[in-house]
Amino acid sequence: MNEIIKTENLVFEYTVFDENGEETGKNRVLKDITLQIEEGSFVAVLGHNGSGKSTLAKHFNGILVPTSGSVLIDGIDSTDESRIFDIRQTVGMVFQNPDNQIVATIVEEDVAFALENLGVPPDEIRRRVDEALKTVDMYEYREHAPHQLSGGQKQRVAVAGIIAMRPRCIVMDEPTAMLDPKGRKEIMATIKTLNKEHGITVVLITHYMEEAAQADRVVVIDKGEILLDDVPKKIFSQVELLKSVGLDVPQATELMYELKKSGVDAPQDIIDENECADYLYKLLTEQK
Amino acid sequence: MLKDITIGQFFPGKSIIHRLDSRFKIILDVAYVVMLFIAGNFYSLALAGVFMVFVYLLSGISFKLIFKSLKPILPIILITCLLNLFFISGEGEPLVQLGFIHIYMEGITTSIFMTVRIIFLIVGMSLLTYTTSPIALTDAIERLFSPLKKLHFPVHELAMMMTIALRFIPTLIEETDKIMSAQKARGANLDTGGLIKKAKALIPVLIPLFVSAFKRANELALAMECRCYRGGDGRTRMKQLKSGVKDYIALIITAAMFAAVILLNIYIPIFGL
Repeated sequence: MNEIIKTENLVFEYTVFDENGEETGKNRVLKDITLQIEEGSFVAVLGHNGSGKSTLAKHFNGILVPTSGSVLIDGIDSTDESRIFDIRQTVGMVFQNPDNQIVATIVEEDVAFALENLGVPPDEIRRRVDEALKTVDMYEYREHAPHQLSGGQKQRVAVAGIIAMRPRCIVMDEPTAMLDPKGRKEIMATIKTLNKEHGITVVLITHYMEEAAQADRVVVIDKGEILLDDVPKKIFSQVELLKSVGLDVPQATELMYELKKSGVDAPQDIIDENECADYLYKLLTEQK
Repeated sequence: MLKDITIGQFFPGKSIIHRLDSRFKIILDVAYVVMLFIAGNFYSLALAGVFMVFVYLLSGISFKLIFKSLKPILPIILITCLLNLFFISGEGEPLVQLGFIHIYMEGITTSIFMTVRIIFLIVGMSLLTYTTSPIALTDAIERLFSPLKKLHFPVHELAMMMTIALRFIPTLIEETDKIMSAQKARGANLDTGGLIKKAKALIPVLIPLFVSAFKRANELALAMECRCYRGGDGRTRMKQLKSGVKDYIALIITAAMFAAVILLNIYIPIFGL
């Protein structure tokens, strides 16, 4: 499989100024990140607040460019100004607050925004807008005003606005952070459809363990460095390490961990609630 | 209370007026305003009024709305009415003479004439926003002003700004409500006191609102860049504005009305003016 995003020794720092505008030093947000994201995969990037995970995400479509090192998007260097729109078309980005991503006053007009910018002919825009709205299951709301929608619906419109460009990869920067549990579920379902049915690579930046547990691969970032990079089961079994960097583990894993600590020989690679329930059922019925 | 703002409100519908090309609607609305100012006597003004009622009937907009749209400008109407009544002097004896107040026959006719004209003006103009969606309106403005691009006038940028402003009005109103509630919960007193005290009390509402508006602007700009926004050059539109037979019929009717108003002006002696 080829890599859609490839970073090599990526370093990002910004200069800190004091109140008088004097340079007081440099803040190194990302230190030497080397990472490959394979096309078609679903990768979660996990990290505590201030770990640099959002900064990393902004490198994936050229919003930020590295201080040193390189970022290649489908083989294109992100510092190549002349191809910036190719990069942004390849890697779409969805942000945290759905309200601040919607440009137009009508849902379908907003979904059309990116295509209008790209100069796609009107008939083709119409077709792709309808298709994108159906993919996120918002087609019947196409003539609504954004402020009439719930948070989860607005975020799905924002996602539709990106997939209308037909990107090969979508980077989502905490897309569920401002949503209620229902909206969160809707977005996770949308993400899975995009990844499994449409083959779009998804990079999900999050601090919810339950969401990260659903990915194929989890990258844990701490203080601007990659701490862990593996399949979810192997990541979450390292409960102590995760807790030491201020992260939680899914509740199911936590339960298994506590059981083991109190002497039960529980497996440590359970991350899913159903799996956990099955194990508990077996454990309890066997003991009788 | 913030939700009661009716200026520029749009009432979706499927009437022929709703379906007219928004570019034509803007032009015809401007023509109507000019027509009102050309109308020099009661006959031509009445004709313009009849025309307006006819268009309202076609649009299916309820007449109740007319009164609603007139309400906020009632003081202006009253002032115009009174000023004309008291300050127009005519020939012959005044009808009423009370100290420094003189009311002449000409004053009464002019005052009625002016009042009716203002009412027609406001009611006619509101019809444009009642029947045209904001996005169609900005689109039409962008198209109508596009010749100015040659003079380096930022037409597209202005239209984009209007769209975004329209988009964020409900969002910011909601936010203002939230901030007001939050400040009230902390004991802020927003509703009592004189005008100056009330205005001062709004400062703790406006500052957080501004801060958040700037934040939103920043994020929106980022989101727009991610969707390959690069200004108006080479942009296409999903919904093309198309003019059809009905638009030209509307144009012909309005032109005929225009001519009729001018003819009435010429052939019927002018009242008062």
